[in-house]
Amino acid sequence: MTTRRSGLLRQPMAIIATCMLGVLVLLAVFAPVLWGEDAVAAHPDAIALPSSAEHLLGTDKLGRDILLRTLVATRLSLVMAVAATLMGVCAGLVLGALPAVLGARAQRWFASVVSTWLAFPVLLVAMLTVILLGPGATTAVVALALTMTPSFARLAQTLSSRVGGSEFLAAARMLGVSRGRQFTRYVLPNIAEPVIVNVTTSIGGGLLALSSLSFLGVGVQPPDFDWGRQLSEGFGQVYSSPVAAIGPGVAVVFAGLAFSMLGESLAAQLRDREHRKALSPRRLGPAPVAERPAQTPSTTATERAETTVPLLEVDGLSVSFPGPDGWIRPVQDVSFRVFPGEIVGVVGESGSGKSVTMMSVAQLAPAGAAVTARRLRFDGEDLTGLTPAERGKVLGTRVGVVFQDSLTALNPALRVGTQLAEIPRVHGGAGRKKAHEMAVRALDDVQIPDAARRAQQFPHEFSGGMRQRALIAMSQIGSPSLIIADEPTTALDVTVQRRVLALLRRECAESGAAAIVVSHDVAVLAELCRRILVMYAGRIVEDVDVALLATPERLAHPYTRALAASLPDLDTDRTKSLVTIPGEPPDLSRPMTGCAFAARCAFATDLCRTETPVLASHRHGGRVACRHPQDAVEADTAPVTAPGREEVGA
Amino acid sequence: MTRSTSATGRRPGGNRWLGFLLRRTGRMLVAMWVIITVAFIVLRMAGGDPVRSALGATADASVVQARREQLGLNDPLILQYFDYLVGLFRGDLGASIITGRSVTELVSHRLPATLELAGIAFLVVLLVAVPVGLAIAIITQGNGRRGAETVFTGVTAFIAAIPEYLLGVVLVIAFAITLHAFPVAGRTGPASYVLPVIALSVSAAASISRIARIEALNTLKDDYVRTARSKRLPAWMVYFRHALPNMLTATLTIGGTLLAAMIAGSVLVEQVFNWPGLGMAFVGAITTKDYGIVQGLALVYAAIILVVNLLIDVVLSLLDRRTSLLETS
Repeated sequence: MTTRRSGLLRQPMAIIATCMLGVLVLLAVFAPVLWGEDAVAAHPDAIALPSSAEHLLGTDKLGRDILLRTLVATRLSLVMAVAATLMGVCAGLVLGALPAVLGARAQRWFASVVSTWLAFPVLLVAMLTVILLGPGATTAVVALALTMTPSFARLAQTLSSRVGGSEFLAAARMLGVSRGRQFTRYVLPNIAEPVIVNVTTSIGGGLLALSSLSFLGVGVQPPDFDWGRQLSEGFGQVYSSPVAAIGPGVAVVFAGLAFSMLGESLAAQLRDREHRKALSPRRLGPAPVAERPAQTPSTTATERAETTVPLLEVDGLSVSFPGPDGWIRPVQDVSFRVFPGEIVGVVGESGSGKSVTMMSVAQLAPAGAAVTARRLRFDGEDLTGLTPAERGKVLGTRVGVVFQDSLTALNPALRVGTQLAEIPRVHGGAGRKKAHEMAVRALDDVQIPDAARRAQQFPHEFSGGMRQRALIAMSQIGSPSLIIADEPTTALDVTVQRRVLALLRRECAESGAAAIVVSHDVAVLAELCRRILVMYAGRIVEDVDVALLATPERLAHPYTRALAASLPDLDTDRTKSLVTIPGEPPDLSRPMTGCAFAARCAFATDLCRTETPVLASHRHGGRVACRHPQDAVEADTAPVTAPGREEVGA
Repeated sequence: MTRSTSATGRRPGGNRWLGFLLRRTGRMLVAMWVIITVAFIVLRMAGGDPVRSALGATADASVVQARREQLGLNDPLILQYFDYLVGLFRGDLGASIITGRSVTELVSHRLPATLELAGIAFLVVLLVAVPVGLAIAIITQGNGRRGAETVFTGVTAFIAAIPEYLLGVVLVIAFAITLHAFPVAGRTGPASYVLPVIALSVSAAASISRIARIEALNTLKDDYVRTARSKRLPAWMVYFRHALPNMLTATLTIGGTLLAAMIAGSVLVEQVFNWPGLGMAFVGAITTKDYGIVQGLALVYAAIILVVNLLIDVVLSLLDRRTSLLETS
């Protein structure tokens, strides 16, 4: 509780709001005592005077000092707003809790009554109350309470159903905690805070609404006066003394602001606790970069590097997101190359950073992400040193992206044909008609039947497989030299998956485009790619020819071996369960030392836990980042007594 | 919609659509009937003889009796209620207790002024708040520009705390009385609309732009916005063509509440600017205890709000073709 309070007091807005409230409360308590008599005493010799040293805000029609009256009116204005809100809260809480007791049918009726009630403007409900009870302070309070009741009823309803269905309450019930204790110990603390936030904001809103009623002349009646009443009186003499209306106006805004600011900082406090906010850029400091010094290209060279220029060259790519305790680093020091016409797979568990890596390469990292790289070259052009927007311009239509989850990746508000046609329209300078024809042809190319009609439809009218094919068509329409496909088959069932993969392979073969296919499924990649990059905890741990997956004993990294072992084939003994890797991937928001896989690795030594292994060329023709590559264990003398594969999967 | 292919594809949907429309209209009529009945009961329950209190204590007893007879107040309650309902179906909203004039006539004179004021302010709010919310969302997305976020929330919180009538008073003092730039009151020409519309729309625009910013931030995180970026479209196309139409649904949902708030706010603003609309008549009737007018006008206000809500639901379900409204309600 103490830490929570100090957290609130750290917010400048909360401090200001509390001070403002303090002033209001002091005025409400002491002003009527100090100046109560002066504020109502008429002075016929000083009627409707403008502002002067003696009367800062002038005097009203009966010669009373407006400043004093404004200060004295604090009590009535505040008390009315607080009373109305409390009445509304009590009535709302009771009403909101009732339907839970009365059953489902009553609940539905209740919900529709509340929503109709809520739709009515405060002022109209209030007016009807005024008619029924006659104008006056009490009526205004009752009227406002009536208009507040439905919103609190709804709040109570949603909150109680949330808490009522919660697991901790079920657990408490099972443990035999008494009903009273259940309520005070579990229900109340969980609904109290949202209710308090709402009450605070409602008092502010109520204050404004009550002043409106008084301003209209249907609220507080003379000789009583609140700020609204004063405003309407002051407005009457606005020609002779404008400050007469400004004074009480400032008071209304001051009080309304105090409550709404306090409510807002309370709400921010609640939000922060549920979902901690990232540090501000200033406190985060500069984004982390890859710590390894730049390597000469020859150390990472594959056999073709000397003869062919890579289409894409990435060196030392790091991606970081602002987190509540500093930078979160889902991608650290990733380096790879893609050659023209090559299909490269990227595999890893969810959270391994494979999608983030490829989206960052395509300059599509989410807002707020910090992407750094030692070297980033595409098709011979250096992208380092450019802003993400400039890089995007360079990439243009030369990189096509196929996204995961085709339902959300297509814009629901635009026709599929339009979404395809805008690429040639923007980049190719094609006219409306020509672009549309190109879109239809592209859809036809990916075997969407009746493409001309389908182009006029919206994404929701397509099936899942058709949407995915439309996305592939979209990535193709600009004739890119590199296609990045992010989990292109994840959302599809197996038969559709095969067709989409075949299509992707065919499109690449026909256009000669290179492709990077991201997937968590090794089987998908084994079918499609020539080479795979294995990612673990934000780093590439192995870069290897896909053919080696069939012979796991030739793979170097223990993690890749476990992945390959999980691939079922004809020889797999179906009675044995698939090999799984015990343990969890590490938490990337914490700084890490050593090999990220060490905690789950059966071969890890102390050195693995202290020093990060570097991705380097390996004898199997690819690259690996491991101190104890396993492909040589049988031949060489093992550095440790290596446990067998069965134990890895235990 | 005239395309034959889509028309054949949508025929079964057409029936569902009609059902939805009927259900919604039915629900609105029930709500309307409840309001009529409640207003009727409330006004009859209000203590004392409304005619006596309306005409004043000095009025001759025979005059009071005659007016009661004329208004049918001497009939049994159930008969009065029935007469009232029948009258409503014929478009008769009742009559003033004091002058005996028809409320329908009053409404036909004054409703246009109120609808103009509220309608223009509604458009101003949407045209200002949604683009502002989107712009601030674009600036503050990710973790950037904390300063801009603080300034925006601070300024809008401050503006939202200024009630419409107070802003109206300030505007009158500043621009009408001091600068003589606009008329002080009344509905005379285009210039006379400026201050009332500003008074009515500013505070609503502040709160709506905050909601619009949150909605825009959510929309900008959507996958199809990333798809649009992957096509390297110009920024304005990403925001206006791909993001904005998807914000429209959320904006219209807010629009319902906003319009209700505009109608309520118009009562106050009319009072400040002496605007010859329904609100002035309504407040006047309450202070003079003319229950005949109050009952009729309360009904008109309720009808406006219910019809607006219905229209927004209809437009929403037309716009958002993925909507589940058709299935669930």
